[in-house]
Amino acid sequence: MKRFSLLSPRAGAAFITPAGLLVGAFVIVPFFWVIYVSFTNRTLLGRTALNPEFVGLANYLELFSPHRFLDPGQFGFSLVLTIQFVLFSALLGQAALGMALAWLLQQVPKPVKAMTETVVIGAWILPEVVIGFAWFAFLDYDGGTLNGMLDAVGLPRGDWLLDYPFWVIVVFNTWRGTAFSMMLFNSAFASIPPSYFQAADVAGASSWQKFRDIGLPLIRGHVVTDLILITMWTFNVFTPFLLTKGGPGNQTEVLSIYTYRVAFRDFDFGKGAAVGVVVMLINLAFALFYLWVARKRTPGGAA
Amino acid sequence: MTDHLRQFLGRAGFAFFTALIGAIFALPLVWFLFAPFNSRAELGLAIPEPFSLSNFRQVLENSFAIRALGNSLIQSVGGTLLVALAATLASYALSRSPLPGKRAVTYVLLLFSSVVSGSAAMVPIFLMITRAGIIDTHLSVILVFAGGLLPTAMFILRDFIDGIPRSYEESAMVAGASPVQAFFDVALPVIRPGVVVVVVWAFVNIWGSFLIPFILLRSAEKMPASVAIYSFYSEAGTPIVTLLAAYALLYSLPVVLLYLFVSWKFGFRFFGGIKA
Repeated sequence: MKRFSLLSPRAGAAFITPAGLLVGAFVIVPFFWVIYVSFTNRTLLGRTALNPEFVGLANYLELFSPHRFLDPGQFGFSLVLTIQFVLFSALLGQAALGMALAWLLQQVPKPVKAMTETVVIGAWILPEVVIGFAWFAFLDYDGGTLNGMLDAVGLPRGDWLLDYPFWVIVVFNTWRGTAFSMMLFNSAFASIPPSYFQAADVAGASSWQKFRDIGLPLIRGHVVTDLILITMWTFNVFTPFLLTKGGPGNQTEVLSIYTYRVAFRDFDFGKGAAVGVVVMLINLAFALFYLWVARKRTPGGAA
Repeated sequence: MTDHLRQFLGRAGFAFFTALIGAIFALPLVWFLFAPFNSRAELGLAIPEPFSLSNFRQVLENSFAIRALGNSLIQSVGGTLLVALAATLASYALSRSPLPGKRAVTYVLLLFSSVVSGSAAMVPIFLMITRAGIIDTHLSVILVFAGGLLPTAMFILRDFIDGIPRSYEESAMVAGASPVQAFFDVALPVIRPGVVVVVVWAFVNIWGSFLIPFILLRSAEKMPASVAIYSFYSEAGTPIVTLLAAYALLYSLPVVLLYLFVSWKFGFRFFGGIKA
């Protein structure tokens, strides 16, 4: 028997149209437009604002010009900085801390679980400017909470934003984003049949043994998913701008902040677009890898 | 007996360690619990003496600050409505109609939405909005957010709709309902929890975001709270802490309330979309 369709193709097309137009205009068109602009000398002001010229690969050659590629304030410097930022704050910070929290939360009393979860999720969902300001106060040299606590235990205070800006944004981003990994791993652990752990309990296994031999192997797929997603997000995140503005100097100028400065502070849209294209290519590599992993795990179907 | 004792100590140790991590996570926010209620608040941590609401009075008397909250509301509600409406229709069609290439559409959408990030697309979006003549309008912010959030909203909702038996609408249509009636009268009420999730998620996203309005808006009277908050600085360039702290608390309130609502109604966890 033919399965009759609930929505005629024509009605279906009509239903899709509004979303199609919006996504087309603000996701797909920018994708191609940024490629086009990256081959021009378009600026915000002046003659080339109205009549940009085609300059071929000039913007890319400038980005990758070898003799100052790694100088502070240059593209290469920001690229390397961003990779370190992702490595420390996403892969080591968020994923490891999220994993530890998710495992601990499985075995602590309900009130402790609820309170810890609320705080960690709060760090994640509060508006980013509020968080930026809270951290600005937290790290303030004279009266900030952190230095006040260091004083109290007799440790030297520090001018964190000035002396250790990179580590500040690493810790900041770890704090901000751990909730996602925690929740993902939490639901992954919760989906493991309890009988697996009960059997291990009978055998007298420690929590660490249960984690290593049962928990972690069974959620390996979730770990891969989590690592790819948080890598992509951290790679594109703009929030450190709210704490450091990319400074002092260019010490915290990750790629998103670099793009913003080149395009909207130096008014060089062509070069900013070229950075955007490189960022998109890196995103594309991550996304394809993600889809490949996701597809491998669900036999016979795309994501 | 010793086994029990060891087990008990182990559990207590875990609980203590977890609570410690929670406490460390809370530290950067502690200042925020006090400063809004301290009429002499500075960046340092201090218990207000006495507790006072004068900072909030200061905010309420600041018409620029209040208007910025209103602007946040216009942009968030506008963007959220557009996302919810378009995503519901589109994901219903993707789930229920025999359109060719549905799978490919989902695949391409997923790809584009993750590749075209705010940081990569800020230049073309600014140029497009300028060319369309809607730079520095609420509409520009609403449209850009709607386009950017739609792909994910559609994944969440499509998952939701796929989980609902087709027989609901099929029996309505056997009873003589038109496809459009089946959608509005039968499917929509069942999908509603999914729509609520999308609405909350989109609202919180737009309400809290900084980069897009920061780039697209120029005039002070259109700025949302996230951008306006950066103008609470004295002429010497130092932040007016009392005003900032109270304002940040007011601005965070909707997000906190929505979080409480969601965890009370559904339990705060993952819906569809992110499946491993």
